[in-house]
Amino acid sequence: MILAEAKKMNKEVFNEKNLVKDGTQKMDALKKSPKLATLEEAIKKSGLKDGMTISFHHHFRGGDKVVNMVVDKLAEMGFKNLSLAASSLQDVHAPLIEHIKNGVITSISTSGLRGKLADEISRGLMDTPVVFRSHGGRGSAIATGELHIDVAFIGASSCDPMGNACGFSRSENAKSICGSLGYALPDAQYADKVVILTDDLVAYPNTPNSISERNVDFVVEVESVGDSSKIASGAIRDTKNPRDILLAQTAAKVIVNSGYFKEGFSIQTGSGGASLAAVKYIRQSMIDQNIHASFALGGITAHMVKLHEEGLIDRLIDVQSFDRVAAESIMNDPKHKEASANEYASADEPGSATHALDIVILSALEVDTEFNVNVLVGSDGIIRGAIGGHQDTAADSALSIIVCPLLRGRIPCVVDKVTTLITPGKSVDVVVTEYGIAVNPNRPEIAERLKAAGLNIVDINWLKDRALKTIGEPAALPFGDKVVGVVMNRDGSVLDVIKNIAE
Amino acid sequence: MKDRLRRTMMFVPGNNPSMMADAYLYGPDSIMLDLEDSVTMAEKDAARLLVHNALKTIDYGNTEMVVRINPLNTPYGKKDVEAVVSAGVNVIRMPKTETAEEVKELEAEIIKVEERLGCVGRTQIMAAIESALGVINAYAIATASKRMMGIALGAEDYTASLKTPRTNEGTELLMARQTIVVASRAAGINCFDTVYSNLNDMDAFRREVEAIKALGFDGKSIINPRQIEVVNEVFAPKQKDIDKALAVVAAIKEAQAKGSGVISLNGKMVDKPVVIRAEHTIELAIASGILREEDL
Amino acid sequence: MELKTAQAGTLESGDIVIELAPATGAGIEIELNSTVAYQFGEQIKKVITETLQGLDITAAHVTATDKGALDCTIKARTTAAAVRATGKDVWM
Repeated sequence: MILAEAKKMNKEVFNEKNLVKDGTQKMDALKKSPKLATLEEAIKKSGLKDGMTISFHHHFRGGDKVVNMVVDKLAEMGFKNLSLAASSLQDVHAPLIEHIKNGVITSISTSGLRGKLADEISRGLMDTPVVFRSHGGRGSAIATGELHIDVAFIGASSCDPMGNACGFSRSENAKSICGSLGYALPDAQYADKVVILTDDLVAYPNTPNSISERNVDFVVEVESVGDSSKIASGAIRDTKNPRDILLAQTAAKVIVNSGYFKEGFSIQTGSGGASLAAVKYIRQSMIDQNIHASFALGGITAHMVKLHEEGLIDRLIDVQSFDRVAAESIMNDPKHKEASANEYASADEPGSATHALDIVILSALEVDTEFNVNVLVGSDGIIRGAIGGHQDTAADSALSIIVCPLLRGRIPCVVDKVTTLITPGKSVDVVVTEYGIAVNPNRPEIAERLKAAGLNIVDINWLKDRALKTIGEPAALPFGDKVVGVVMNRDGSVLDVIKNIAE
Repeated sequence: MKDRLRRTMMFVPGNNPSMMADAYLYGPDSIMLDLEDSVTMAEKDAARLLVHNALKTIDYGNTEMVVRINPLNTPYGKKDVEAVVSAGVNVIRMPKTETAEEVKELEAEIIKVEERLGCVGRTQIMAAIESALGVINAYAIATASKRMMGIALGAEDYTASLKTPRTNEGTELLMARQTIVVASRAAGINCFDTVYSNLNDMDAFRREVEAIKALGFDGKSIINPRQIEVVNEVFAPKQKDIDKALAVVAAIKEAQAKGSGVISLNGKMVDKPVVIRAEHTIELAIASGILREEDL
Repeated sequence: MELKTAQAGTLESGDIVIELAPATGAGIEIELNSTVAYQFGEQIKKVITETLQGLDITAAHVTATDKGALDCTIKARTTAAAVRATGKDVWM
């Protein structure tokens, strides 16, 4: 009867010979986890082939060592024509220039580019344009398969032999810390093969874990995955720059008088000097008016952790830890939640945190008179920034506030037309400069509230003219005809292209 | 002429172009571009040209522009006068003033330049009093010229001349401060207190501002934008005083409507000093953002 | 006009260093190094040239290192360098 039922189900009957009983002490057995490999073995076993897509995260920012280490190894192993899908790239990734010239890397997608690599790409280094996506947009593209990752290489500050990994380590051998692994979580979930590189191979089980062993194929122990000191030092340092202080005070006044500063509001701020300083003034108003935030979102900073610990902010939702204090907080505090890029900011993820966001403070390289924002391409036409969560938070928040100086030296930030469109003006509500505050005409109710509070509300065209009056009319940039970058909107549509800059 | 509000006079080094371009953003009532102590001897010529061109070109809005020149008995003083008067400065601040004659000498230099430009009378003068002799001569200095806009205390040189150190309590400055306030009031001009240099002790700064406001000063010389907010807060009138001032202003309007020369409030006649104080309170309240013009 | 080598200005942000030297060829030659060369290079050269011409200097070698200075600063620094190079002041 057993055989008959098994046949009906198209199954075998149990055979005792297939059951292997191993009496080795498990601590020792786990050391021989089949997932443990050298980098070269992991690459070979992953089935990576020429023309495939590899991915990386940027949680170590300027201190990242994984991208260069892995791509050097791939070049040495003779791979060609690979696509590099990074959550972002930094100054430290300049060695990629040689790998692009040698044909190892032939296409790139990222949130941003900086330094020498950005400079060379802006001048036409690559034949295939770089695809720029927001953090939420990248999460969506990975989840829908539009951005298919063959092999993800994920740097982690701790991992056990089965692949349970974290952006921090609880062991005494901890070498690095980056906190949230939010940008790497879609890669871990959706990539065909996942390789964890760690500089602290800890005993099983490395829990609570950020990345689950279920999603991990190989674990590679390396000397170092990143220099944590490069994600900013531990201490809170308040800016002494009077212009940043002025911008921060003004931004805080905008928030407090916007109509959204109510018990249970939610907020995201950036990591720039003015943005960090604004938190200080918002904190004072929260205390004075006895108002508490339900959550703070985004790149979490020591400032936000402080407000959380003081009871002013109930929860922290952290896709990226901006400093050591934030990274340690996410390790120790259950109310400090790690969020994947999709949970953070994807348009097609109904539960993403940006959908629950009231107020966001953002920066800009340029804002134009239609409130369009550029955070990617400098006024000299050279790529020098990242989309980050700009598009996502501006679009989803109830109130988006851009804080930028009207003039950076002789470079204007309010212009007739942005060099490159990153965040459409329709999603931008308020622009704070040291010369005055411009409110998007789509939001007359906000302008009224701010005026009633005695703030200096000006027309955005007035700001543009004020800048030109001081600096004179800039000459047009010498753009060429080659497309070096394509800017995606978070919904998967194409927003703009970046052309090469000609000498 | 209705005198302007001068709570803060911010010092800006005359050889630093970006600080000069930014200064007005922070909303000081007056900006004082400095050609004297903050500029080395080797750079006096370059700073003078920088200040001249900045005054001519940069849009400082409604901010009052003051330049501290070098003393006339140095090789720089007269050139400084020519450079800043020709650029249309509002006020020349004369350092280390000790006698009325020095003010008259400066006035003569200003007139020379103004006559050539055809704008006689455009430039006002303020004198910094920075020595025992200057304090003794405060009233004579304050009344030395009808161009006199104000007198200011310079405490560092003054305490050195007294052979005593400067303290947070300011006991050593009391007589000079009171003399300057009294002399300026007698002369009908403004008076400004000295700078406070320790930016890391904002509480001590606030106490000093409260003290000099109580003595009667119109404002304070400051060295950093961060000090502006504190001074403005201290000088902002209290709601009780604003309410009283508004009642006085309403009484004036009522009297005007009736065509009566006698202003009365709650059955009592309102004296001239009360009216003046009420007007000053309302001006401060507007400048501090507590009241708006349309509320009147 | 006879020129000695002279300079004025600083490398602070918002400033410019102007170095004047006797001309090596005819007219005013300007070697410009600027953080805003793309957008303002021509304008900076124009201000330097016009300022020198206004001081009756028609031939000079100029090395300018610009850190985003405004026109009024460029004019002031060029004038200061010229005054130092010629020994002839602009004030009476």
